[in-house]
Amino acid sequence: MSGEGQAGVVLSGFTNSEEGERRRPVQVPRRRRVGLGDWLLPVYVTLAFIFLMIPIAYTFIFSFNDSLKSNISWRGFTLDKWLNVCNVEGGAVCEAFANSIVIGVVATVVATVLGTLIAIALVRYRFRARSAISLLLFLPMATPEVVLGAGLAAQFLAAGVPKDMTTIILAHTMFCISFVVVTVKARVASLDPALEEAGRDLYGSPQQVWWRITFPLLLPGIMAAALLSFALSFDDFIITNFNSGSVTTFPKYIYISASRGIPAEANVIASAVFIIALAVVVINQVSRAARAKRLAKELG
Amino acid sequence: MAVREFAERGADLELVGIQKRFPGFTAIEELDLTIPAGSFFALLGPSGCGKTTTLRLVAGLEEPTQGRILIGGRDVTDTRAHERPVNTVFQSYALFPHMSIIENVAFGLKRRRIDDAQGKAHEALRLVELDHLAQRRPAQLSGGQQQRVALARAIVNRPALLLLDEPLGALDLKLRRQMQLELKTIQEEVGLTFLHVTHDQEEAMTMADTVAVMNKGAIEQMGAPQELYELPRTAFVANFLGQSNLFSGEVVSSNSESITIDVAGHPITVPLSRSQRHQGEVTVGVRPEKVALHLEAPLDDSGRNSLGPARVIDVSFSGVSTQYIVSVPGIGTMTVFAQNMGFGPVAVEGSEVWVSWDVAHGFGLADEPDSIERFPSDDDTRTIAVQRREALISELEGD
Repeated sequence: MSGEGQAGVVLSGFTNSEEGERRRPVQVPRRRRVGLGDWLLPVYVTLAFIFLMIPIAYTFIFSFNDSLKSNISWRGFTLDKWLNVCNVEGGAVCEAFANSIVIGVVATVVATVLGTLIAIALVRYRFRARSAISLLLFLPMATPEVVLGAGLAAQFLAAGVPKDMTTIILAHTMFCISFVVVTVKARVASLDPALEEAGRDLYGSPQQVWWRITFPLLLPGIMAAALLSFALSFDDFIITNFNSGSVTTFPKYIYISASRGIPAEANVIASAVFIIALAVVVINQVSRAARAKRLAKELG
Repeated sequence: MAVREFAERGADLELVGIQKRFPGFTAIEELDLTIPAGSFFALLGPSGCGKTTTLRLVAGLEEPTQGRILIGGRDVTDTRAHERPVNTVFQSYALFPHMSIIENVAFGLKRRRIDDAQGKAHEALRLVELDHLAQRRPAQLSGGQQQRVALARAIVNRPALLLLDEPLGALDLKLRRQMQLELKTIQEEVGLTFLHVTHDQEEAMTMADTVAVMNKGAIEQMGAPQELYELPRTAFVANFLGQSNLFSGEVVSSNSESITIDVAGHPITVPLSRSQRHQGEVTVGVRPEKVALHLEAPLDDSGRNSLGPARVIDVSFSGVSTQYIVSVPGIGTMTVFAQNMGFGPVAVEGSEVWVSWDVAHGFGLADEPDSIERFPSDDDTRTIAVQRREALISELEGD
């Protein structure tokens, strides 16, 4: 189970639901004979889903295991691990988790603000080296993480910067910006400039036009970018490992403890994250469906 | 600082020596224009003639390269869009999709902190008969309804000057007619100055008090619609505003009342007062509906120009009238519109015919027609936008 997988779930819930409302089921003419494709595809899809779900189910189930040191064999059901998640090993799991949250939030905020501004500049303005910048922004996405992580670590070392939370945040912000720019750029490009012109025409000062028109219209793109950034940052291990010094993040904690048996508390946190992400998607979908229904009713 | 109070009435608009250059091309060569307060003024022209640029300059969405813009006598050249007492109905309507209809309409009022914005917005919506949809989102409205919201959103601010950028372009014919009437009524009701930009000559002629025909960044001719139609001064106006039959030839005789030119051996006479040039090579013209079609050589042709025998090469019946294309030997083709007074066409393809028209209906132009021009119609402002964007890109990435 990985953070990236969760990010995919959250994001698809966010961006695809608008199209989902419009999608209509297509009527397929029924065939008399049951062909190979009629059962092969469902079986294949079911197997694929089972394969994907097993690690998640395992993680979830074993968060209730009354384990001792290692959490490999089932020793009976308990809620202890969920209730006392921060009381083991002096709260190391929780500390790592809190670190990850802090890093994720700070890196996301910084990357989203900077990335949004860059995206607007790239779409709206023509300036020297514009295409070069566009290309350079793609590099962190294309470069292997090991290379990025090692490169950054060498740089910090050369500059004499001690590795701590700050260096992790800097590293995460760097690769998150690229993803934010790409996501927000699409949204900016699809924004009709006439809307902002109309705002100016209707006596809106530049600040008012930005806060009342441009920003709300870009918001879905910005939110998607922020969620993606947070998921990437929360999940990142390789780059973090190179630049973290003695600071432990959640992925790093799990990696280290994997050699001597991951404690069930890690399962608890992983399951909780998964459930929260799932809940966000479900709530989002339900509220959209309710709104669509209400609108349909209003329109008769 | 925004304009805090409503304009009491429409204001004059004065453009003095306006020039607008975009990197790579000149949109407006040299423009002087005065639009009196309370009038309905149409800028008519084909793609890329500079009419939309003119509108954007007045709105403050572009800056002129040279010249001054005065609204109600006040120089607004250096003020920005939100500081001008001007509102625009955009071609794409540009309704804010994240706001309800009422929020859209109240937007301008709220920015200017005018009391009772909601109440005034509802009033404006009642004027366009859409108050019952106040809580909807723009996407839930039809094209015609959106257009009316865009109009309400602009006039609710009581601007001294209302700019209309081809606002009816996206509507179908029937709806467009209805909107034309509605716009005209609203203009008379609220007494604002309207500046309407369009490539649709019929729209311009039916709605505006004054029409200015623009071509290649300059105004070719300006006047009341009827005056422009009956007495075009240039070949461009003669062809862009309706159709014309044009003939070019040397002036062979003239007196105090008329001049006569020689077109491939045929004399054609126009009144002196209706001709821009009086000697040398002159192009004269006549509107197709002023031309009569005869099946025999006309006997009495005093006071008329007549040509023939000619041959009908195309007949197209359109219900109310029939359009004949007639080939006159040595001169070329002519178009004749005939009302269907009887049943069906009077001549068929291949018939031998004569054409004639009252000398008083002819007009003499100030220039010659260049090659036959074709005017793209529908993609007008979009074309300009694309051109402009490309020009901008080429400049900025070039240096």
